[in-house]
Amino acid sequence: MSTLVIKDLHVKIEDKEILKGVDLTINTGEIHAIMGPNGTGKSTLASAIMGHPKYEVTQGSITLDGEDVLEMEVDERARAGLFLGMQYPSEISGVTNADFMRSAMNARREEGDEISLMKFIRELDKKMEVLDMEQEMAQRYLNEGFSGGEKKRNEILQLMMIQPKIAILDEIDSGLDIDALKVVSEGINQMRSENFGCLIITHYQRLLNYITPDHVHVMMQGRVVKSGGEELSHKLESEGYDWIKVELGIEDETVGQA
Amino acid sequence: MTVETNSKMTEQDVRSFSEMNGEPSWFTELRLRSFGEAQTLPLPKPDKTKILSWNFTEFPVHTVQSSVFDSIEDLTEDIKSIVDLEQKNLYIQHNNTPAFSRVSEELAAQGVILTDIFTALREHGDLVKKYFMTNGVKTDEHKLTALNAALMNGGAFLYVPKNVVVEEPVQVVFYHDDAEASLFNHVIVVADTSSKVTYVENYFSTVPHANGLANIVSEVFAEDNAQITYGAVDTLAEGFITYVNRRGRAARDARIEWALGMMNDSDTISENTTNLIGDNSYGDTKSVVVGRGSQKQNFTTQVVHWGKDSEGFILKHGVMKDSASAIFNGIGKIEHGATRSNAVQESRVLMLSEKARGDANPILLIDEDDVTAGHAASVGRVDPLQLYYLMSRGITKQEAERLVIHGFLAPVVRVLPIEGVKKQLTEVIERKVR
Repeated sequence: MSTLVIKDLHVKIEDKEILKGVDLTINTGEIHAIMGPNGTGKSTLASAIMGHPKYEVTQGSITLDGEDVLEMEVDERARAGLFLGMQYPSEISGVTNADFMRSAMNARREEGDEISLMKFIRELDKKMEVLDMEQEMAQRYLNEGFSGGEKKRNEILQLMMIQPKIAILDEIDSGLDIDALKVVSEGINQMRSENFGCLIITHYQRLLNYITPDHVHVMMQGRVVKSGGEELSHKLESEGYDWIKVELGIEDETVGQA
Repeated sequence: MTVETNSKMTEQDVRSFSEMNGEPSWFTELRLRSFGEAQTLPLPKPDKTKILSWNFTEFPVHTVQSSVFDSIEDLTEDIKSIVDLEQKNLYIQHNNTPAFSRVSEELAAQGVILTDIFTALREHGDLVKKYFMTNGVKTDEHKLTALNAALMNGGAFLYVPKNVVVEEPVQVVFYHDDAEASLFNHVIVVADTSSKVTYVENYFSTVPHANGLANIVSEVFAEDNAQITYGAVDTLAEGFITYVNRRGRAARDARIEWALGMMNDSDTISENTTNLIGDNSYGDTKSVVVGRGSQKQNFTTQVVHWGKDSEGFILKHGVMKDSASAIFNGIGKIEHGATRSNAVQESRVLMLSEKARGDANPILLIDEDDVTAGHAASVGRVDPLQLYYLMSRGITKQEAERLVIHGFLAPVVRVLPIEGVKKQLTEVIERKVR
């Protein structure tokens, strides 16, 4: 079992503090969902875990199985077992999707033990079929000219090929129509196992109709303000966030406040 | 009257050289006339690069004698690395010596000519005369075009007759392994009416340092409805000061597409012009460059629209490292009368070090109302967000940078039609950006 532990995490971007003490523990075998209105720090948490160059951790710790994640470079975090499905993945011209994914898989293997081309293609074909992606997507340049939905599928394709220990999926559902949402959910559900943990960031409950979370957290003002089981997401769906604000005496949930 | 060479070429030397090669008298006269012009004409003036102090006229010796290759198996291992032994249509020049050539029987029977420029002058004089510095490049444009004609000591001639479609690419290798050699090369490629050909050339140095200089002119003619794809990978050695002028002329409904991998380690002035003379002609120039060390380079790419409905595209991607500097001038010019023409260009420069310099200058000169035109230019570093994205998948920073750079230079690599040359360019890029 692997465990990602986030303790008292404070993060700022360009001198503005966004996260103000986040505590969260994710074990493999668990699916966590973080919900919350816009501007409460959800995506910042995702970026800070992965090591986005613009975000600066000013206080607190992140460890994966006891190893200090904050001491690691971005690529080391990935090879240690973390994965971030991004909201706005970069486009990289001239690098084919397939070449990129093979590089990513080989980065986890020793020199001389690279994945064989045939095996790679078999795996890729299989997973692209699950995600209902056209074969030609493999030979297109990485995310270049992809529609919003294609980019999201491509993020999940990478997740399925790389098989990380812990994945963070940052608004993987935004911009997806209902069919695409089902396909993407199917991909994530296939990943479910004792060896895989996941943190799903969303502000819509609808994704959670297809992927049942074990734990649901609500972020406001740069902190996790409420945690519960699956039932919490249903309550949020039917009643919105206002009752939490009332309960906790929060007037404005965004991070600029408090 | 002399040119300032170490060996002091005189008018008499030029005449003797011409006679020794058995050149027709019109060509001897052309050389002598050009030699005279070279004494007074100024150097070219590439925009934004001062070359007055560059040495374009002094060189150790005019010609060196090198070995010929009796069969394809006798080629050096270096050459074999870029030439497919199955290559049917191949010409190799060894320094200044025509060293190997073959054309498939099928193409020869159809009248396709592929030979060194001297043999072409002797055996196909009228054809050469029609195209040699008549309406492509002119001898009196400046000192270097005049010198190219006067001192020409190598080059190739490719002629594809009317309606002949050459399916397999034609390959020409200018192999340079003598540090004392200089190249005054002249290449002519002609695709006659409704013909089609792909030509790929390598300027290929295997010496680490060269004392000579290179003055290269290529004239490329696509007659009515003809198509030429012209690929090149230049890897001339450091020290080999280079002037290279590749110029195309597209007639009605003709297409010329260039894919140029300009990877010289020497100071280089490159001019690549496509004149879209005929209506509905098409020109596409893709070039990639890597500058390193203290190299100084200037790449002027120009598409000039004369014909109606002509379309011209320029794509230039350059990577600059160490303290190398380069100017990228892109010129889309639409002449009066070239209605409904479309001129598009994109220049991008990636800087890999603080001391490197790269300037992209997009220029549109339009003398006609009913046209479309566009340009994009950028100079910058490798995007940190691209690196972040790649690294977030476990790829090391070094490998991520490598991927981004290869991707950036892929537009030319991808379209080169010969596998060996494609592989060579990939390896050269690998070596140069490391």
